[in-house]
Amino acid sequence: MLDKFGIAKRIAKELKDGYYVNLGIGIPTLVANYVPEGIEVILQSENGLLGIGPFPYEEEVDADLINAGKQTVTTKKGSSFFDSAMSFGMIRSGRVDLTVLGAMEVADNGDIANWKIPGKMVKGMGGAMDLVASAKNIIVAMQHVNKAGESKLLSKCSLPITGLGCVKKVVTELGVFEITEEGFKLLEYAPGVTIDYIKSKTEGRLVIADNVFEMSI
Amino acid sequence: MLQKVVANASEAIKDIEDGAVIMLGGFGLCGIPENSINALVQKGVKNLTCISNNAGVDDFGIGLMLKTRQVKKMISSYVGENAEFERQLLSGELEVELIPQGTLATRCMAAGYGMPAIFTPAGVGTEVAIGKETREFDGKTYLLEHAFKSDFAIIKAWKGDAHGNLVFRATSRNFNPLMAMAGKITIAEVEELVPVGELEPDMIHTPGIYVNRIFKGTDYEKRIEQLTVTKR
Repeated sequence: MLDKFGIAKRIAKELKDGYYVNLGIGIPTLVANYVPEGIEVILQSENGLLGIGPFPYEEEVDADLINAGKQTVTTKKGSSFFDSAMSFGMIRSGRVDLTVLGAMEVADNGDIANWKIPGKMVKGMGGAMDLVASAKNIIVAMQHVNKAGESKLLSKCSLPITGLGCVKKVVTELGVFEITEEGFKLLEYAPGVTIDYIKSKTEGRLVIADNVFEMSI
Repeated sequence: MLQKVVANASEAIKDIEDGAVIMLGGFGLCGIPENSINALVQKGVKNLTCISNNAGVDDFGIGLMLKTRQVKKMISSYVGENAEFERQLLSGELEVELIPQGTLATRCMAAGYGMPAIFTPAGVGTEVAIGKETREFDGKTYLLEHAFKSDFAIIKAWKGDAHGNLVFRATSRNFNPLMAMAGKITIAEVEELVPVGELEPDMIHTPGIYVNRIFKGTDYEKRIEQLTVTKR
């Protein structure tokens, strides 16, 4: 079974040289720490920064320079700043190659819910609806089950939808799942996890890839 | 002679009355018009509709106006950092319209570009789309979203001059230049008010034509929401 760092590490393997990537808040942000050697990716922050650098040293902290999670960051050589309309222009016009975001629920047809729990939690969608409506490639990083132990990989989302049929892959502590016409397709299972266990924790339609294997991270 | 420079925030906002629709620039607490928000709290105007990406935190930014119950309605994309906001929302005291961040930005842009509406794919098939006109282009469905109408836009820039030309700094740019273009009356507070001619024409982000009032702000706190550092 993976911890959150393992999930991030596994997603980092999806990065390709030259990719422009938008990382959501939480586990997705950790992906930046595991960019494979020898490839260059440029991170887009929807508040208006292309080329997110590492967290600043204490004396470099700049209140005017944050990422979309409101964390202090730095620039890198070649970074640029822009306003929020241009930022979402990049996203909407399909220039961001990969979007990684968290979710509360994903359905086996690629629907995603991650912005609201009616009557309980109303934080808002931020940029998530824009991202999922336009991104070419969306990977969800999330825990396989919720705090009550119920599957978050469902046949139908029960929470308000963020976007329809948009998720391409889901990476959880249990495995890597591709969204296909037959539902969630298990491509890789995490070390120490059995396929039967994954089946027992997955409410949505699940098929097992013929060449399924234990992931190496 | 252009008469845009005013003495301070209370002078700049003095004709904002109860019930006004105001845009406030910033992303989180980054690039928010701190001086003007404090002046609005002091003035005590009520029943405001605020268009702003976020709602501040409990004791800073727009959070200050929530605490004093000056806000009737918030139009935002993300309000997760403010407990008082969530309480007022869930109890029904505060009206809230949550809209996708890109839609928020582009509805500001449309207003500043003199276009009545835009089409966006964001929110199709979700609660956001309820009651909205849709249209298909090249086989994909889009929502019709209207340009914002607001009485005032209140924004924060790094440098500005008496003509209202503005330059923003780093990610504190965010919604500020868009809202600057979108207000019926635009009020800009700046960290540095420089002599006309000092800003390079090539480097100006917001041309002065969009700015009606400008003043030099003071005592910027520039609070950081999530201090993250690399240890040496």
